[in-house]
Amino acid sequence: MATQFTIEGLKAEIEGKEILKGLSLSMKGGEIHAIMGPNGTGKSTLASALMGHPKYEVTEGSAELNGEDLLEMGVDERARAGLFLAMQYPSEITGVTNSDFLRSAINARREEGNEISLIKFIRQMESKMKELEMNPEFAHRYLNEGFSGGEKKRNEILQMMLLDPKVVILDEIDSGLDIDALKIVAQGVNAMRADDRAFLIITHYQRLLNYVKPDFVHVMMQGRIVKSGGPELAERLEAEGYDWVKAELGIVDETVGQA
Amino acid sequence: MAKSMPEMEEYKYGFRDEHKAIFQSGKGLTPEIVRTISEMKGEPEWMLNFRLKSLDQFNKMAMPKWGGDLDDLDFDDIQYYVKPSEKQGKTWEEVPQEIKETFDKLGIPEAEQKFLAGVSAQYESEVVYHSMQEDLEKQGVIFTDTDTALREHPEIFREHFGTVIPPADNKFAALNSAVWSGGSFIYVPKGVKCEIPLQAYFRINSENMGQFERTLIIADEDSFVHYVEGCTAPVYSTNSLHSAVVEIIVKKNARVRYTTIQNWAPNIYNLVTKRAVADENATMEWVDGNIGSKLTMKYPAVILRGRGAKGMVLSIAVAGKGQHQDAGAKMVHLAPDTTSTIVSKSISKHGGKVTYRGLCSFGRDAEGAKANIKCDTLILDNQSTSDTIPYNEIKNDNVTLEHEATVSKVSEDQLFYLMSRGLSEAEATQMIVMGFIEPFTKELPMEYAVEMNRLIKFEMEGSIG
Repeated sequence: MATQFTIEGLKAEIEGKEILKGLSLSMKGGEIHAIMGPNGTGKSTLASALMGHPKYEVTEGSAELNGEDLLEMGVDERARAGLFLAMQYPSEITGVTNSDFLRSAINARREEGNEISLIKFIRQMESKMKELEMNPEFAHRYLNEGFSGGEKKRNEILQMMLLDPKVVILDEIDSGLDIDALKIVAQGVNAMRADDRAFLIITHYQRLLNYVKPDFVHVMMQGRIVKSGGPELAERLEAEGYDWVKAELGIVDETVGQA
Repeated sequence: MAKSMPEMEEYKYGFRDEHKAIFQSGKGLTPEIVRTISEMKGEPEWMLNFRLKSLDQFNKMAMPKWGGDLDDLDFDDIQYYVKPSEKQGKTWEEVPQEIKETFDKLGIPEAEQKFLAGVSAQYESEVVYHSMQEDLEKQGVIFTDTDTALREHPEIFREHFGTVIPPADNKFAALNSAVWSGGSFIYVPKGVKCEIPLQAYFRINSENMGQFERTLIIADEDSFVHYVEGCTAPVYSTNSLHSAVVEIIVKKNARVRYTTIQNWAPNIYNLVTKRAVADENATMEWVDGNIGSKLTMKYPAVILRGRGAKGMVLSIAVAGKGQHQDAGAKMVHLAPDTTSTIVSKSISKHGGKVTYRGLCSFGRDAEGAKANIKCDTLILDNQSTSDTIPYNEIKNDNVTLEHEATVSKVSEDQLFYLMSRGLSEAEATQMIVMGFIEPFTKELPMEYAVEMNRLIKFEMEGSIG
């Protein structure tokens, strides 16, 4: 089945404060969408709310993946349904090696008794780590513990590659990356482009979009999408900033607090 | 996102088999019972006298006023001696079928024995099965149950027995000294390194039966031995008492590691005295895991009495509903350049209580001694509690003492992160807990690490939701 991801009228709040104010977006397999916007407009909230972070409460709207209601599901069920969020600030888990964690995550998608064999897993992991130019020792390090910002981001992409999701949300995956790391991460994303997989790239900057060509670009302000277009929109934002969008739409303060 | 988790209603190993004991002492403790125990074992006069004096001592001493709540412990309601069968099995074939079945239920694979240097499994009060690899025997290593050691190795036994922990040490040591039965005895001669761990597996089986095993390990100069014991006990409705004494003597340049995992039923009082003495450049390591029990009071100790001696205690304690783990370690630095390390990991859940109680003492001669203490607690819910009670005594100015303590909860963000990769809440919690105790599990022999992980998994099921 062709992947179809649909968000409609999504409203979400944190500690009683509404951040998302009716956001709608539709993505199909094979498409790459980028959401851009200044700080404080609700971009990361969108990512966390879709994944089901307990701090965020969805108050209205829907999010469906291939007709299944994601919002009714627990975080783990959303993941197993095919949603993947590459996080801006991945947690550190001491005492758990990266490879043990990755294998458990892969096996969480498989029936009991049908777990991935150790040899097959190691082969897959090592080949993907090589693609991402990760030092093999990262397999045996504790999950994200002592990783630099760039190493954490690469590790997120590694997880994405091994878990083979249907919908990938990249939350500011480009922040804290130098240009070489950015290229490697972009290569990883491009390698994962597939007809049955949709990407949602959340970013401040157009930089990443030089390496990962989006099909659609959306501008987020005040907790909703205020403007959509093609790749040319990202280029204009990079060249001219957001003021012209605000002027065009009569927005004075783009952050969510004021709307 | 909350999902309901299956509750662990019953203690997993709470089965009982139909094994009939040959002799049961009946409840309560009198000099007659002590005499009967000694007589049935055919002990020499000195041991009978030792037991009787210890009983006097026990009766004189007051219950400890610190530690856990001992109010429900009734010494008159405990059976002090049960002899399971006439003679010990020398080979696996000779071990009674019912007892084998019990071991099967505990999941001890028969194949494992081939890897074990000697299997000594204590069933009720006597060691019923005991075997030893020939090469160990050839090297002069003695690995037997303590009763047999008293009969067959009287000189070395008498020279060391009760020297590390005298009966007057504490009320429960006195009790053990009066009614002890079973336990392991190990002697490793000079220069002998035991390459394979020596293992014992035992469990309490008779209702209200106190288990008072007595272990004595003597590692002669330049020797090495790793002794491993694991333990599970069945569920009973009334309180059971386990009060062991473990004495270890580590001579010059020798090294002993003692690994225990104890998984007691929730009604057991586990009041254990464990102490080692370490001579010049000797190393003593306690690796100690405590899961379950109603109350555990256990503080493995090392008396560092020779220059350059090293001591280590690495422990975990897991306390669930209605359980109190009052555990810790004692390091007594009596000689120069002695070093010690304590790593204590505690987990409390379902309203359980964990207390780290530790002593670090530096005597006048402990010039240049160093101690490092690290206590970490993981609390899984708001009903559970933890305490850290360190005591330090310092009589020498030139010593180093580092103490670090952390208390943490399983964080929402960590759970979210793991669950966002498809792990259930239970799996994610378990993974975080396993990671927390990893410094402990990585020190265990493989089969015990597997068992440990299995126990933790059972313990964690039903912890959340």
